[in-house]
Amino acid sequence: MLEEIEMREIDEDRARCHNTRAGMIEALKIVQRRRGWISDDVLYELSAHLGVPPGELDSVATFYNLIFRKPVGRHRILICDSVTCWVMGEEDLKRRLSEKLGIAPGETTRDGRFTLVPNACLGVCDRAPAIMIDDDLHTGLTPAQLDAILGRYE
Amino acid sequence: MAERPLTGDIRPGEGPPRLTEYERRGGYAALKKALKQMDPAGVAEEVKRSGLRGRGGAGFPTGAKWSFVPMGTDAPEPKYLVANGDEMEPGTFKDRYLLEGNPHQLIEGMIIAAFAIQASVAFIFIREEYREACAALTRALAEAFAAGYLGGNILGSGFNLDMKLHVSAGRYMCGEETGLINALEGRRAVPRWKPPYPQTAGLWGKPTVVNNIETLCCVPHIVLKGAEYFKGLSRTGEGGTKLYGVSGKVKNPGCWELPMGTSIREILEEHAGGMMGGFKLKGLLPGGASTDFLLEEHLDVNMDFESVAKAGSRMGTGTIIVLDDRTCPVGFIHNLQKFFSRESCGWCTPCREGLAWVEKTLAAIEEGRGTREDIGILEFHVRLLAPGRTFCALAPGAMEPLGSGLKFFRDDFDRHISAPSCPWR
Repeated sequence: MLEEIEMREIDEDRARCHNTRAGMIEALKIVQRRRGWISDDVLYELSAHLGVPPGELDSVATFYNLIFRKPVGRHRILICDSVTCWVMGEEDLKRRLSEKLGIAPGETTRDGRFTLVPNACLGVCDRAPAIMIDDDLHTGLTPAQLDAILGRYE
Repeated sequence: MAERPLTGDIRPGEGPPRLTEYERRGGYAALKKALKQMDPAGVAEEVKRSGLRGRGGAGFPTGAKWSFVPMGTDAPEPKYLVANGDEMEPGTFKDRYLLEGNPHQLIEGMIIAAFAIQASVAFIFIREEYREACAALTRALAEAFAAGYLGGNILGSGFNLDMKLHVSAGRYMCGEETGLINALEGRRAVPRWKPPYPQTAGLWGKPTVVNNIETLCCVPHIVLKGAEYFKGLSRTGEGGTKLYGVSGKVKNPGCWELPMGTSIREILEEHAGGMMGGFKLKGLLPGGASTDFLLEEHLDVNMDFESVAKAGSRMGTGTIIVLDDRTCPVGFIHNLQKFFSRESCGWCTPCREGLAWVEKTLAAIEEGRGTREDIGILEFHVRLLAPGRTFCALAPGAMEPLGSGLKFFRDDFDRHISAPSCPWR
């Protein structure tokens, strides 16, 4: 069920937008912020609330990299796999992350703690390689540093 | 020391200047000048004369772009100005520096640009991963509204401008201006057919100008100090300074504001400190992932749009990605194509299918499963995905490092095919 607070936030944003359709992406983000991902149930409810067909809402939800249509963990790890990070050691970093978490890129740990997502260039190429956990950037990383960093996210 | 109008007030690690600090250093003086002493046509003319070219990668003259917007009392309403801060070109990290370091400079540039085209609504389009930039902009926008630089009847001029921050949900295609417009309308960020161009029919079918962050940050300096001043900042025919960057195996990777037309050698050797010990330069992409490779013999090329084009590449975003001798060029190009293939929006067939085929072919070559015919398949795609054959510039951009890589590093491709696996692994 969409919660009151979510609907209020969505409606406030819609009032700032020029039309309902323009608020669709932000509405998805508002819901995702509280729930981590967009389930089918939520998608249907949201489509009814916004007055757009569910298929259209889903076509938008599935287009954008940072809208998740599958359950994700409590913390989202974006690992930059673009060219400079690749040159600077991204593959070792990704291997260590996968081993440590026991998941492949795109998967979520069994305890629901982490989801590992490969991401396009994070725009910190002068401090490569980089990952982003939730809202925090971690740059200039070596695989050895990962244990201490992951430990900060329960 | 050369002048650094765009970044001189940025203090890394200290946070961006707040409104009072920005004003104390001369901020919003250009806006006052534009609104009180100039008319929209005068502002547009000054920008045209300054020689400012778009800093997002294509280098289109900004004054010319603005000149296509219908003006006068019977022009369609409202008109829109959009700042493109969807910096997702691999290897590019210059707009982040401006957004985090001095958000008011962008806002001031946007108000002046909006005044020049008489737009009443402006959007700042930022990618979600730029959290610090989003926070800095949110705070700066609130300050600018509270101070009367945004909203109704700005500084008593009768000019009105609303400005909103749009935080993207992530996709490289949002950086393409018509894709960005679709994203702002809440659609999939697929490109639109041109013409009509956004300047006449853009956001919700109304006249819309989309400019890059760095481009808009130049505008206050042009207006305050004049076109001649701006032209004088450059070492070549193209006006202004430029934010250049270097990443890869160099001693001091980073981003610097230097005179437009600074040579690649100077950027690489003096500012980036040269190659890291034990590494040699093998090639470089001068301005992001979608530019042609250049080699050591090109180091004395001046980094401006015309000079880099003459050398067979594009300046693009001006952020150099270095390929060193200990990194496999095939793997490097495969990484680029994996990015482009993944970020292709799927709207047109040659890009959607072609890039995936290119990516798989390169993966096979890199893993030692390549055949002689694969080189022909790659060359075929370079021709197939040439400019004009796809809906937008994504696939043609992807072919720039591939086509030039096949030309310059052909021996390395052949070695992959004759050897059982990648010689670098």
